[in-house]
Amino acid sequence: MERLRRTMMFVPGNNPGMMADAHIYGPDSIMLDLEDSVTMAEKDAARLLVHNALKSIDYGDTEMVVRINPLNTPYGRKDVEAVVKAGVDVIRMPKTETADEVRELEAEIIKVEEELGCVGRTQIMAAIESALGIVNAYEIATASKRMMGIALGAEDYTANLKTPRTPEGSELLLARETIVVAARAAGIACFDTVYSNLEDMDTFRKEVELIKNLGFDGKSIINPRQIQVVNEVFAPKQKDIDKALKIIAAIKEARAKGSGVIAVNGKMVDRPVVLRAERVIALAVASGILNEEELS
Amino acid sequence: MELKNAVAGTLESGDIMIQIGPGEGLRVELQSSVEAQFGRQIKEVIEETLKGLGISDAYVKATDKGALDCTIRARVTAAAVRSTGVDVWK
Amino acid sequence: MRNSKVVTLEEAIRRSGLKDGMTISFHHHFRGGDKVVNLVVDKLAEMGFRDLKLAASSLSDVHSPLIGHIKNGVITGISTSGLRGELASEISHGLMKEPVVFRSHGGRGSAIANGDLHIDVAFLGASSCDCLGNASGCPRSENAKSICGSLGYALPDAKHADHVVVLTDDLVAYPNVPKSISACDVESVVVVDSVGDSSKISSGAIRDSKNPRDILLAQQAAKVIINSGYFVDGFSIQTGTGGASLAAVKYIRESMIEKGIKASFALGGITAHMVKLHEEGLIGRLIDVQSFDKVAAESIASDQLHQEVSAVEYASADNPGSAVHALDIVILSALEVDVDFNVNVLVGSDGVIRGAIGGHPDTAEDSALSIIVCPLLRGRIPCVVPKVTTLITPGAGVDVVVTEYGIAVNPRRPEIAGRLKEAGLNVVDIHDLAAKATSVIGVPDPLPFGDKVVGIVMDRHGNVLDKIHNIQ
Repeated sequence: MERLRRTMMFVPGNNPGMMADAHIYGPDSIMLDLEDSVTMAEKDAARLLVHNALKSIDYGDTEMVVRINPLNTPYGRKDVEAVVKAGVDVIRMPKTETADEVRELEAEIIKVEEELGCVGRTQIMAAIESALGIVNAYEIATASKRMMGIALGAEDYTANLKTPRTPEGSELLLARETIVVAARAAGIACFDTVYSNLEDMDTFRKEVELIKNLGFDGKSIINPRQIQVVNEVFAPKQKDIDKALKIIAAIKEARAKGSGVIAVNGKMVDRPVVLRAERVIALAVASGILNEEELS
Repeated sequence: MELKNAVAGTLESGDIMIQIGPGEGLRVELQSSVEAQFGRQIKEVIEETLKGLGISDAYVKATDKGALDCTIRARVTAAAVRSTGVDVWK
Repeated sequence: MRNSKVVTLEEAIRRSGLKDGMTISFHHHFRGGDKVVNLVVDKLAEMGFRDLKLAASSLSDVHSPLIGHIKNGVITGISTSGLRGELASEISHGLMKEPVVFRSHGGRGSAIANGDLHIDVAFLGASSCDCLGNASGCPRSENAKSICGSLGYALPDAKHADHVVVLTDDLVAYPNVPKSISACDVESVVVVDSVGDSSKISSGAIRDSKNPRDILLAQQAAKVIINSGYFVDGFSIQTGTGGASLAAVKYIRESMIEKGIKASFALGGITAHMVKLHEEGLIGRLIDVQSFDKVAAESIASDQLHQEVSAVEYASADNPGSAVHALDIVILSALEVDVDFNVNVLVGSDGVIRGAIGGHPDTAEDSALSIIVCPLLRGRIPCVVPKVTTLITPGAGVDVVVTEYGIAVNPRRPEIAGRLKEAGLNVVDIHDLAAKATSVIGVPDPLPFGDKVVGIVMDRHGNVLDKIHNIQ
C-alpha cells in the first residue's frame, strides 16, 4: 500500500534537542532543515548534525526528508553529499523553478550514490515557491523518476506574486490546484505549505480541510501540536470505511473464487474505486479508527 | 595539523559546546549535567572523533547539556573543521 | 488575661518547655515562600538550643540556611517528605551525622498519630489566627498577605504535638471561623511580619503547558484513563501538578463532557484546573490537603463542597477512613521507574536528593488505578531503568507507566492491558522501554555512592523501605 504523507514536520537542522525525538509525535514525514532555519554561520555545523542524526537516531518508520540549500549557494553540494552518505530517504530542493534544476540535483545525488554503490536510493521532492515554478510544475514533477512529490512554499510565492497572504488563501488557489494536478498527472505526492500561527488552530483546521478537499496528500507543519488536527481532518468518515471494508472483502472473495471480477451488491467495482477503498483503509488504520488485526 | 581556536555547539538542552585549540596530546576538560553516569563515555566519543579526523594534539573544553553521542560527534567535527580549515566534505 | 496567648516568639519558645534534644515540627503549605522554618530555627539558635530534631512535612530550596544550623549543631536530625536545592545537595554529600528520615504524607500522618514520630513543639504558620489560636490558611481580613488555603499537613501536628505555637502575619478578631487549627490545641500565638512570600506560595492563573512532549504524554494519559474501565460516572481522581498531569485534566474534561460522565470527587493537592471542573459541575467535591494555587486557595475559602482534610484523613495507611481508600484513579510523576514498576521520586539520576515523596506511595497503593506519567528520556537521563536508584513506591502499587515511546502495563493488571490494546493504544513491555532508553543514550556508569547512610526511606506502614547513601 502507498505510504501515507499527511504531515511533513519541519525541524530546524541546528537544534539537536528537537531532532532527537521529533518522531515521537508521529508525523508521517520529518523534514530536517538546512536552509531557511539555519544561519549562514551555522550551515557547516547543522550539516554535520543532520548527517550524524540520520546515521544514529532510530526514527522508526518515519520518512526522513532533508531540505538542502540551493545548489547555486556554497552549501548545496556539500549538503547533498552529507545527507546521501547518511542514507536520507528524500532530498527536498527549495525554490525549484525548472526541470533542469531537478536534473542537476539528480546528477549530484548520482555522483555520491555511485561512490557509495547505491545508485537510485535517494528520492527527490521539489518545493515550488515562485510563479515560474508554478508555470513549470508538471515539468518539474516529471523531471526525474526519483521524484517523490512536489510542495508549495507560500511565503516566497506570494512575495513573488506581489500579494500578501490572506487567511482564506484565495491568492494561493491557482498554485494549489496547479500543484495537485501536476502531481496527480505525474503520479507523485503533493504537499501544501505551512501555517505558522500556532495560536489559531481553528483557521489552521479550515486550511487543512480546504487543502484536503483540493486533493493534497498532506500538509507541511512546523509544530507537533499541528499533527492531531491534520490527522483528524484526514481521517475517513465511518460510512466511507464501511464501504471500503465491503470492497476489500469483495476483492478477497473474488480472489478466493479465482475470479477477476469484483462485485459489491451485485455491481461490478472499477479499479479507481478499489484504489480509493485501499486509501480509505490505510487512513483509517493510521488514524486509529481501524485495527489492523480486524482486517486480516 | 595546525589548530586555531574554534567553537561549535550551544548551551541549549540536548546540545554540547565544544571549544578546541592547540595542545599537546589530547586533553579533554568536560563539564556535564550527566557527568557521573556518562562523563567517561562522552570523553571517549570526543577523543575517538578527533582521532578519526587525524587530530592527536588538541585541548578541548566541552560543556555538555545532555547531548547524545551523534550530537557530540557532530559538534566535535564542526569545531575541528573550523579549527583546521579542512572540511570533511568534498 | 484575654490576650495572654499572644506572645513574642522568644516567650512562646520559653513557655513551650523546649529542651535540647527535642523534636520541633513545621508544615510546608507556604512552599517556596516559607519564612517560618528559617525564622524559628534562627531564633532557637540565638537562644542557644542544640541537638534539635526537625520534623517538617516537607523542605525546599528556601531552607538552605538550615545548612549553617546543622553545621553548628542546632539541628542534628531531620525528618521530611522531601529535600531540594542546596540543603538536599549538602545532605547527599554527607552533611549530617544522623540520616534524614523520609516519609510519605500519609506515612507522616500515621507516624504522628501512632507516636512513631513524637513532636514536642509544633511551630505552625497560619494565614490568619485569632488571639486564642483558631487558625486558618484562608484570608479573614483585608490585611491578609500570605494565603495558602488548606492547612492539611499541619493538622496532625496541631492535634498530637505536646505544645503548639501558631505563627501568623494576620491576627484577626475572635472568632476566626471556620478554623483549620482549633484554639483548644494551641498554647501560644505569635504575630510576625510575614509567614510567607505570597509570590512564591502559589502561582496565579491556569497556565496550559505548550511543551509538545507534555501535551503528548497528557493525551496518552487521558486515553489510558478513558479506556481503563474506571472512567465511569461517579469516578474519583487525583493528579499531580506537573505539566503533563495538569494537561491531562484538560483532555479528561473534554471526554467527560462528551460522554456525560461526572466525577464524585477530586483528592489531594487541588489546582485551579480541578476547581474549574468542580465549578462546571463535572466534579462533585474537592477534598483538599494542599491548595496548589491562588484559585484553589480562594475556592476552599468560599465553597462548602471544597473541603480541607488532614494528612491522616487524606492518605493514612493505618486508618481505614482515609480518603485514598475511596480513590479510583491517580496520575503521578516519576524521576525513575524500573522494570518491576518500582518508582523513585526522591533521588536524582546523579544520586543527589532532589524531590519529595509526597503522597506518591500512599495514592499508588490504595487507588484502584495508578498511572505514572514520565518521559522515557530527559535529555540524556533515562526514566525507565533496570533498577531504581532509590525505592519510594513499590511496583506492587503501580499499574500503568505512560511514556512518549509507549505505555507499559504492570503484568499484575492484564485486564487493563487488554482494554488499552483494544482501544488501539501503544502498549509495550516495560523491558522494551528500558532497552529503548539504553539504545538511545547508552548504558550509564554506576553512581559513585559512598558507605555512609544519609537518608532512610520509611514505607507508609512505618517500616524501613530503602537507604540512601552519600554521593561522592
